[in-house]
Amino acid sequence: MFPERSKEKSQYRDGFEVFLTAQANAPQWLASLRERAFAEFERLGFPTIANEEWKYTNIAPLAGQAFRRGSLEGVDLAQVRRQLRIYPEAERSRLVFINGVYVPEFSVIEGLPAGVVVTNLAEGLATRQEFLEANFATLADFENRAFTALNTAHANDGALIVIPRGKVVETPINLFFVTVASPIAQVSFPRVLIHAGEASIATVVENFLTLGETTPDTAPAFTCPVTEIRVGDGANLEHYKVQKESLRTFHIANTFADLHHTSVLNSNSISLGGQIARNRIAVAFKAEGGEMNAKGLYYATGKQLMDSRLEVDHAVPNCTSQLLYKGMLDDKARGVFNGKVFVRHDAQGTNAIQTNKNLLLSQTARIDTKPQLEIFADDVKCGHGATVGQLSQDELFYLLSRGIETQAARNLLTYAFAHELVEHIKIESLKEELDRTISSRISSTEHGFE
Amino acid sequence: MLEIRNLHATVNDVEILRGINLVVKPGEIHAIMGPNGSGKSTLAKVLAGHPSYVVTQGEILYNGRNLLELAPDERAREGVFLAFQYPIEIPGVSNASFLRLAYNQKRKHQGEEELDPLEFDDLLQEKIKIVEMDKAFINRSVNEGFSGGEKKRNEILQMAVLEPQLAILDETDSGLDIDALRIISNGVNQLHTDTNAFIMVTHYQRLLNYIQPDFVHVQMNGRLVKSGGKELALLLEEKGYDWIKDEEENRQTAASN
Ligand SMILES: Nc1ncnc2c1ncn2[C@@H]1O[C@H](COP(=O)(O)OP(=O)(O)OP(=O)(O)O)[C@@H](O)[C@H]1O
Ligand SMILES: [Mg+2]
Repeated sequence: MFPERSKEKSQYRDGFEVFLTAQANAPQWLASLRERAFAEFERLGFPTIANEEWKYTNIAPLAGQAFRRGSLEGVDLAQVRRQLRIYPEAERSRLVFINGVYVPEFSVIEGLPAGVVVTNLAEGLATRQEFLEANFATLADFENRAFTALNTAHANDGALIVIPRGKVVETPINLFFVTVASPIAQVSFPRVLIHAGEASIATVVENFLTLGETTPDTAPAFTCPVTEIRVGDGANLEHYKVQKESLRTFHIANTFADLHHTSVLNSNSISLGGQIARNRIAVAFKAEGGEMNAKGLYYATGKQLMDSRLEVDHAVPNCTSQLLYKGMLDDKARGVFNGKVFVRHDAQGTNAIQTNKNLLLSQTARIDTKPQLEIFADDVKCGHGATVGQLSQDELFYLLSRGIETQAARNLLTYAFAHELVEHIKIESLKEELDRTISSRISSTEHGFE
Repeated sequence: MLEIRNLHATVNDVEILRGINLVVKPGEIHAIMGPNGSGKSTLAKVLAGHPSYVVTQGEILYNGRNLLELAPDERAREGVFLAFQYPIEIPGVSNASFLRLAYNQKRKHQGEEELDPLEFDDLLQEKIKIVEMDKAFINRSVNEGFSGGEKKRNEILQMAVLEPQLAILDETDSGLDIDALRIISNGVNQLHTDTNAFIMVTHYQRLLNYIQPDFVHVQMNGRLVKSGGKELALLLEEKGYDWIKDEEENRQTAASN
């Protein structure tokens, strides 16, 4: 769909036009939204390092690559089913997408409280037109945002989750976005819309992963998701994003969340995969009493680049935001952290704390961290801090002095650094799985990881 | 078991140990006392192999081997244990998994089967009784948020699990309430056999009411300047260190004349 090796933005139009023709049945509002979004993408082109927000994240390798829209063509579904690990908590509540395409055979939604909607977006467009027309793309502002624009122009599937007022959904709702390693460069545009109604409680897990072995013939893949989350008055939403894609993947994700009166959003992000992985979360407080806790862990090895970007807009008084992001960087990996907490003039009584801690595990790893606070109100409690360090020599000696071998001691301390962010995951088997993944990765990355 | 000969050591190029001589035999308990800053902890850390301390002269033999050639973790697996004056907090590592790893690495080193978590838990329950520690501490992160006294107890718990041959207790009695002092002393007495040995660094004669030392040494200015039996501790309690300082100065003047 996209041309070979060209950065000429206008050439992306061909692929877009093919898509629009294929989507000729789409409602008018959606078609025109897509056109506007694509026009914005064309106007912007891919960001370069000249753009302040992309200063340390050079996506030239992505911009220079041609991709085809992901499909099920050539995918051995039976094999995918065997390889896809579904943790028990997702047994009865999951939507599965492969290369961006919804796969109903692998998806199950059972036993949710009456009125709760969990469906794939394409289906939602057929059955919940009105709702989508009113809500789709209302939070994900694509102006000046190339990747949000690109997703909005191209997204044709993903998840629609609506929790009606007062409903408590005990089971986590799980989304699996699977890319199957392929010799053809493919792109997918997962799109998720979550509406947590007044006083509702729910948990949503977004899993991004690659199946199939990465070989020298494996082509790059590009995942370009956008998630919109509206947390209604008094609602409580627990959001997880676990990204374990292959090292051949570019993952550029944007999440937008609006928090309404006394609502709570707990956002948890675990980033392990990707050649270049960027996660941006933009949160806006819409009414008083909102609370946002964002926790994130990024673990980059080899030549991975991981970029976390959080933007929090305290536009109204008496809201709380707490950000804790931790990064582990080994080999020649690079990390980027930007936290932008904006406390507006009227936002008295704001409580905003952001912390970014980084552990450099090799001489050649690097992190660029910039936690920022812009405060225009006076009655606020705000704090921010960033640390970059190595394993503590005192802690290491303490372990050695008890007879623990150097490598085991280093691994234990490295794991301990991550532990804080894995420990609080409330989905038990997801926690255990991440525990294992991270520990085994720690013990296998003594000397590099390509 | 341990023989320290003319040991000199520096930290950041400052000489702290200036000719330590000490012989410790199996079954013995040695107490080292001495003013603040005289290098007692430095000696303890040199024995444990802390990388910040550089041995510039002298030697340390442990069971006939050159201890200085062994890495810190090897020393520990060979039975050397240091209870730190200031135990380190390690957030994110549970006491139980830390102890099990340490214990199993030692077992492996001795060619024995490693214990699985359940088997180890049984062992741990026994050891906890020795230090009368609340079981809740087992699942907490190593020393994190522990009070001063709890950290010291945790050191003794580790010692009880690892069953060292040579244990160096650096002011384990400092900051303990009377009950804790009794418990920890009981622990040491229970673990003491005629094949292992203890070096206890302390400022207080009262510890020696609970644990009977065979020798008391006074360390000053990086040397052990006086040695005696238990009565030396009583004398120090009564008279302080000045008289030893005087004696030492006189001795040195005499030597230089
Ligand atoms: N890392 C270091 N850098 C510089 N000086 C050090 C270092 N470690 C120890 N010293 C110095 O070495 C000297 C001996 O310290 P040490 O801790 O061994 O004394 P101590 O006898 O254990 O004292 P205390 O009774 O107070 O515990 C002190 O003057 C101390 O300041
Ligand atoms: Mg000391």
